[in-house]
Amino acid sequence: MKNLNWRLWVGLLLSVVAFISYFNFFARFPVTRDIPWLNVLLFFAAMVLLIQGFRSARRRVMAGIVGAIGAGIFVFFIAVIILGATVLPSAASAPRVGQRVPDFTLLDTHRNPTSLQQILSSTPHGALLIFYRGYW
Amino acid sequence: MAISVDTPEESRDLSAKAGYTFTILSDSDTTTIRAYRLLHKGGAGHDIARPAEFLVDRNGIVRWENFTEDIRVRPRPEQMLKEARKLQNP
Repeated sequence: MKNLNWRLWVGLLLSVVAFISYFNFFARFPVTRDIPWLNVLLFFAAMVLLIQGFRSARRRVMAGIVGAIGAGIFVFFIAVIILGATVLPSAASAPRVGQRVPDFTLLDTHRNPTSLQQILSSTPHGALLIFYRGYW
Repeated sequence: MAISVDTPEESRDLSAKAGYTFTILSDSDTTTIRAYRLLHKGGAGHDIARPAEFLVDRNGIVRWENFTEDIRVRPRPEQMLKEARKLQNP
């Protein structure tokens, strides 16, 4: 146990936790989802531990590999968060303010066909249409 | 109301789990999503809708819309309620 480079391994573990916890936990809350500041902080702590671990390591090659994996997870996280979330098709030809939206008839959760016309005629002011990605 | 490619059964599960009371509609073959020009081809390994929100009046005219460029950033309920109130009290 004396020879165990705990900083290095805790650093790697923290990198993994920082990555997974965003998708499994922090993405549920707008305050930690929109800007993943908490996960970036965790990654910074992980990087500090990895650097310290690397510096004090006797087996530099091994420590270098572990450090590179930890840093790689951080880079991958940034790529997924920044690039992955913003690759969306343009909505330039979608209906705009002042335009009439197309009517539709779709199945509700009880498999009853429901049309927009039907919904609009049953409300006093209008309706909010939310298109979402699904598979939640 | 909310629209996605999820099946009515998947949406029913989501609704029950989250306690939603609003209408959720299923556009499994993306006909409506295409009609609204919101198709994200292969967006989740298969075709889905890109996120979008429209507030429409009784005549089906858009009074407010929102198209995010980042899937993590969506309008907050209070923001949508504020816009809906404008429709109630113009």
